[in-house]
Amino acid sequence: MSIANATPQDTITASTPATVEMTYAEAVRETLRAEMRRDPRVFLMGEDIGIYGGAFGVTRGLIEEFGEERVRDTPISEAAIAGCAIGAALTGMRPVAEFQFSDFMAIAMDQIVNQGAKIRFMFGGKAKVPAVLRAPLGSGTGAAAQHSQSLEAWFAHVPGLKVVLPSTPADVKGLLTAAIRDDNLVIFLEHKLLYNTSGPVPTGDYIIPLGQSEVKRPGRDLTIVALSIMVPRALAAAKRLAAEGIEAEVVDPRTLRPLDAEPIIASVRKTGRVLIVHEAVETGGFGGEIAARIAASDAFYYLDAPIRRLAGAEVPIPYNPILERAAVPQEDDIVAAARALVRSTNWSGA
Amino acid sequence: MINQTATSIASTASADAHTPLTPDQLHQILHTMYRIRAFEEMVDQLFMRGLVHGTTHLSIGQEAVPAGAIAALRPDDYITSTHRGHGHCIAKGADLNLMTAELLGRETGYCRGRGGSMHIADVESGNLGANGIVGGGIPIATGVGLSIHMCGTDQVCLCFFGDGAANEGTFHESINLAAIWDLPVIYLCENNQYGMSMSVKRSMRVASVADRAAAYGIPGRSVDGNDVFAVYAAVAEAVARARRGAGPSLIEARTYRYKGHSKSDQNRYRTREEIAEWKRRDPIDRLARWLQEHQLATAEEIHQMEAAARQAIADAYAFAEASPQPDPAALLEGVYAQ
Repeated sequence: MSIANATPQDTITASTPATVEMTYAEAVRETLRAEMRRDPRVFLMGEDIGIYGGAFGVTRGLIEEFGEERVRDTPISEAAIAGCAIGAALTGMRPVAEFQFSDFMAIAMDQIVNQGAKIRFMFGGKAKVPAVLRAPLGSGTGAAAQHSQSLEAWFAHVPGLKVVLPSTPADVKGLLTAAIRDDNLVIFLEHKLLYNTSGPVPTGDYIIPLGQSEVKRPGRDLTIVALSIMVPRALAAAKRLAAEGIEAEVVDPRTLRPLDAEPIIASVRKTGRVLIVHEAVETGGFGGEIAARIAASDAFYYLDAPIRRLAGAEVPIPYNPILERAAVPQEDDIVAAARALVRSTNWSGA
Repeated sequence: MINQTATSIASTASADAHTPLTPDQLHQILHTMYRIRAFEEMVDQLFMRGLVHGTTHLSIGQEAVPAGAIAALRPDDYITSTHRGHGHCIAKGADLNLMTAELLGRETGYCRGRGGSMHIADVESGNLGANGIVGGGIPIATGVGLSIHMCGTDQVCLCFFGDGAANEGTFHESINLAAIWDLPVIYLCENNQYGMSMSVKRSMRVASVADRAAAYGIPGRSVDGNDVFAVYAAVAEAVARARRGAGPSLIEARTYRYKGHSKSDQNRYRTREEIAEWKRRDPIDRLARWLQEHQLATAEEIHQMEAAARQAIADAYAFAEASPQPDPAALLEGVYAQ
């Protein structure tokens, strides 16, 4: 192939710090940058990702470094964006396509679900689709019903896809690096309200394998399994609960498909009480899958209370900010639910 | 981005003039068409006898399109196909044994029996697969064109789709994207006059799918899809254009399928007279007659070609019948790449 050779990775010296503080959005950007420098087959495509820098500023500066061949603005054509990424991946490239809002992936569902997810299997395992489809998800910006959804459960339901929801800047780097280097079609969902949050990010080559849960905070009184934005909310709730003598263990699955259920199950064995929290609507949400895995495991015998879910209300995300907040779990809701779960008695009482 | 005016299209067309088909190529094309016809007739028989799972979509009558079009490609070019894709697959050089085994769902099939008729593919040889979704391959072909462009080679991607697919949103999005990026894709519409049961006269206002090329600023041509010379000429011109970086083209090949949409089709939406009328313009008969009239083949040679095709199909069926079924213990294989 005649693509110019990649420039070498940033040089790590003895004086390079182990971590660098950066925002979640910067972590996405710097990972895209590093992977594009490392592998000439990696390129970006999406709406307004070039000079505009992306609707959430994530790709700002990348077109200046890599040019318009590798940072491709597209027309507003979600099905073609997805299909084009899939076709390019099928024939040797490693595209990272951005959907401006994850809600818009609905326009591309045939290409994602019927084509990209299934090509390898339908072709007898003799093809691969190494592409990443990334998009912002979630509510809280007043964008209302069609720009605020959390549809990760749709994708987690499809064999052939991998589905990732990072909650911290460090997880962004580790998981996005893994996703880009993965030879499968990965759906990478970034919560809008996390873009401006900061955290330490390891320098150098840093990979978190897909399908690896993480205990974000150890505890012995209850397990809180949290997705995406609910991880920082759960951690904040855990701090408040600790002041009341309740030590919550917060587990972040990070990848929904393939799900690493063992750390969750091990945690529930230890604590006997579990609260599953996600922003996505409760019915059909991924929390049901996690609950079923717990209930079907030997952790069932260690449960001191029914499995509890705290999730999005059965309503499209409203425009009004009071209603918007009320539609999804907030930190106060997590504290209240955790308290109630810990104080509930076995079987007979409430 | 190239804005094509009528005169500039004409002048670049002469730059893309192709060499005419040689006698060897014509024999190869006829050979391919006989193989497609024999294969499709075998499949038809197997379904009528209840020997095959699922359904199938036969292309009997449409053989000149893939045979003529793929004659204009190099082996390292790509194709994307449709649910009616056995002809594309055979013209791209597929092994009849592996195709037949796939239709019988056997482990030795192209897709280890996991794909079936609508998902046969041989990625290594550039056949990026039949597709069970109408219009599903069109965005993928665009991505293949992007891949070729970014790698800097002069390969092309030939994208087959039907008149039905020309009304899918993906047709519009994909061709527009290829047009603005000057991608080396040839969008070839096999207009066989019907979606499933809906006539093109009812499903669109324009007279030809090729008329839509103007909407994307690319060249569009409509040809007699039952004339291998016309198909070859149009595709070869589009291929030359694509190889020199001038971007995509849209071609409509007007043709007809003798059999119904699928095995369940009772042909209520068309008349016996219409089918008979098209059979009088059969593409295989036309080429066979042309070769004889021009002393490029004898009646005996043509008869042998047809017999050889039937024998190859019979051998393929025997191979497939003797092949093992997949093992249910291997059910979960092939979903993910490691």
